[in-house]
Amino acid sequence: MVTDKIFGIHARALELRGQRAELLARNLANADTPGYKARDVDFRTLLASEAGAGAPVNLARTAGGHLPAAGAVGGFEDVTLKYRVPSQPSLDGNTVDEQMERGEFASNSVRYMASLQFLEKKVSGLIRTLREE
Amino acid sequence: MSLFNVFGISGSGMSAQSVRLNLTASNLANSESVASRPEDAYRARHPVFQSVLEEAGVGVRTAGVVESAAETEARYAPGHPLADDKGYVYESNVNAIEEMANMISASRSFQQNVEVMNTSKELLMRTLRLGE
Repeated sequence: MVTDKIFGIHARALELRGQRAELLARNLANADTPGYKARDVDFRTLLASEAGAGAPVNLARTAGGHLPAAGAVGGFEDVTLKYRVPSQPSLDGNTVDEQMERGEFASNSVRYMASLQFLEKKVSGLIRTLREE
Repeated sequence: MSLFNVFGISGSGMSAQSVRLNLTASNLANSESVASRPEDAYRARHPVFQSVLEEAGVGVRTAGVVESAAETEARYAPGHPLADDKGYVYESNVNAIEEMANMISASRSFQQNVEVMNTSKELLMRTLRLGE
């Protein structure tokens, strides 16, 4: 894709950051749900697989009627989603650590901003190139 | 765009927490309610949350409301108009301290969802202005 050449990994990183934001929002919304297990993705492996190195194993769907793996929501396949190891598990089976999820959400947002900044610079550079003076 | 889904998810969290706040309010308001029979006494109500798979992602919903099974206390008040023939009224089984803790937890969770929504909104607005 031509946009890949222009924007490099940042366009895809932005998309993945957006999907991860959804995942973290899901964890936070279910902070008081009994039995809910917090989930997250390993961003490094995910982005590496986007770049073509060490793609995660996905379940092959060989017939049209095959369903995606359970829980494959938010753009992530089920196998790339991992469960968090709780530091202070609660009695109702919920493994959401609100402080940590909030921290992760904030850090994810900052990194989204960073990718956005890179894209902004690329776009403004392109526009400057295209503009006739 | 999955950042848009955050609004649905956080919205479901906010509405679930507001149900919890509502129930806490009604529990606290009724903590001094009395009845003339133990079956009629007010029982503390608590929500049961459940994660739910929607189009937008996994949100949370209130699956139901359960009444506390804790004992209702009988108080001897023969002058009370609701007193039974032995002179007892039956108080609610609301634990005010528990309810206060519940209220704080619900309001914190609510704020948390608002914050997530605000941050996502900001990110989306920045994305919309991309290239300006």
